[in-house]
Amino acid sequence: MLPLFVAIPLGIGFLLPLIEEVKRRTNFFAAAMLIETGLLLALSLIKFGDKSIYRMSGWPPPIGINYVLDGLSSLMLVVISAIAFISTLFALTYMRKHENLGKFYGLFSLMLAGMYGVVLTGDIFNMYVYLELAAISSYALVGFNRGKEEIEASFKYLIMGAVGSIFILLGIAMLYGSVGSLNLADISVRIEEMTSKSFLLLSTALFIVGFGLKAAFIPFHSWLPDAHSSAPTPISAMLSGVLIKVLGIYALARVLFNGLNLPNLAPQVLIWIGAGSMFIGGMVALGQEDLKRLLAYSSISQMGYITLALGMGGALISQGKTAIATLAIIGGIFHLVNHATYKSLLFLFSGSVERLYGTRNMSKMGGLSRLNPVSYAAGTVGTLSISGIPPFNGFWSKLAIVIAAIWGKMYPLAGIILFTSVITLAYYLKVQKEILWGEVAERTSRSKDLSPGLYLPLIILAICCIGLGLLYLPAFREVVLEPAALALQQSSEYTKLVLGL
Amino acid sequence: MLTYLLAFILFAVGLYSVINKRNIIKIIMGIIIMEHAVNAFFILVGYRAAGKAPIMIQNTSVKEFVGFSVDPLPQALVITSIVISLGVVALMVTLAVRIYQHYGTFDITEIRNLRG
Repeated sequence: MLPLFVAIPLGIGFLLPLIEEVKRRTNFFAAAMLIETGLLLALSLIKFGDKSIYRMSGWPPPIGINYVLDGLSSLMLVVISAIAFISTLFALTYMRKHENLGKFYGLFSLMLAGMYGVVLTGDIFNMYVYLELAAISSYALVGFNRGKEEIEASFKYLIMGAVGSIFILLGIAMLYGSVGSLNLADISVRIEEMTSKSFLLLSTALFIVGFGLKAAFIPFHSWLPDAHSSAPTPISAMLSGVLIKVLGIYALARVLFNGLNLPNLAPQVLIWIGAGSMFIGGMVALGQEDLKRLLAYSSISQMGYITLALGMGGALISQGKTAIATLAIIGGIFHLVNHATYKSLLFLFSGSVERLYGTRNMSKMGGLSRLNPVSYAAGTVGTLSISGIPPFNGFWSKLAIVIAAIWGKMYPLAGIILFTSVITLAYYLKVQKEILWGEVAERTSRSKDLSPGLYLPLIILAICCIGLGLLYLPAFREVVLEPAALALQQSSEYTKLVLGL
Repeated sequence: MLTYLLAFILFAVGLYSVINKRNIIKIIMGIIIMEHAVNAFFILVGYRAAGKAPIMIQNTSVKEFVGFSVDPLPQALVITSIVISLGVVALMVTLAVRIYQHYGTFDITEIRNLRG
């Protein structure tokens, strides 16, 4: 069943633009996409918690390509499918008036195929191919509206993304040259047998830079605010919610933890890159007036939390403190899931607010609580979750990361995390003050009220934001988060699963 | 060893062009040069002196075959990566044409609506 995750979106992504040539009825494409993502969501929920591998054409793992389903990848499948489903639900109404919807949903579908491939594959070159598939379709989607700024943002994203891909490919070439294998599990076994590991330094550095360009870590972030704010809103939600995580953090973590067995210095580099992204992204977000740009900088900041937590987990593993390392990695993965829900909620919220006011400038908005109470409620839940207010999910993941930092005796990091939380709260209070409350601003948009299609998806995500906090309860944590964290931490389990040793 | 070094010099030339040039076409060419450098490096990884094409003829044992053939895997991978870079370059050129239609210039210092 695993190849279906790639085959279904790939096939539909190929068919939709072709069908558009003969049939111009727009509702057809949205319906097809909705059925596709719904089907994939159901599939990923059925497969959740399974551990299995699929051998392509029956070749055994070190020779052939194989798909691996373990705790982490099954969690990622659910996250991707859920966000894709809700974004499509939102696009149903939001994109209705646009042209070329066959191409839009076709590219969307191809992007999904690429992301599923990256999550499932156990072969590093195959990962590169899927990564490029997802990245190329996202470059095209960012420039989908073909306006002046969209094209510029898309070109910037394309150049940075292409350089990142080239770095990753060079890293793969060097790794293949020195280890002689492309299968992650096989690479891990072979590296374990080698005495000198200094040759890994250069390819590790290339991987960190390459995947870092995809994940927009702080020195490489300049494309993200442009690209994520120029894309059509459902795509912004996909890009910020899932794409940067799958292409950046997930791929990097898989390669570093499961493939290269955590090379020296890599965890420290991740920690400092994460802390830097977190802090600087938050500071820049404070000064933004454009709602979507603020959300994009906040994505950089939140990605910093995830990177920091994974790096901390890696550092603690090499110090031998496995229990605390598990907690740190659980915090990182939990934050990844939470950030996917509330950041896509906030991006979809920004889309519906833009429809209502006709602008993205926050100082020209106001009084949403009186205009549309439902989206006001959803926006409140989203902003409170991302700033880490107790009953919502964002609080629990940040709590896990901070506790891991304190138990691991990394006090300066705990301080940075807490300080950044305060900054996050500050700029989301600004969002609340300017949009949600206050006088009803004069509107340039002609639409009097939002259609239900533009706020119902927000409700679903808002409920997720409240409900996902439950994952931190021990009963759920053992089922959902712990297998995901252990999949990264115990790379011997991964090799056992793949190679069957 | 010298050939590896040449591949790296080529890579550095491409990177320099991407970072330092102001003309969009030159940036695109820089990306292409980098891609070629990586492909050349990948082929070099599978190279052996006096190796033959990895085609297994009848009556050769696997041991003999491994003795004379070059590594075929990097060649397969490079074909794949060439196809991917074709897609990327096509998209880049399309966007460059669109940018020229909107702004009337290829100079990136004059194309600054977004602040990054």
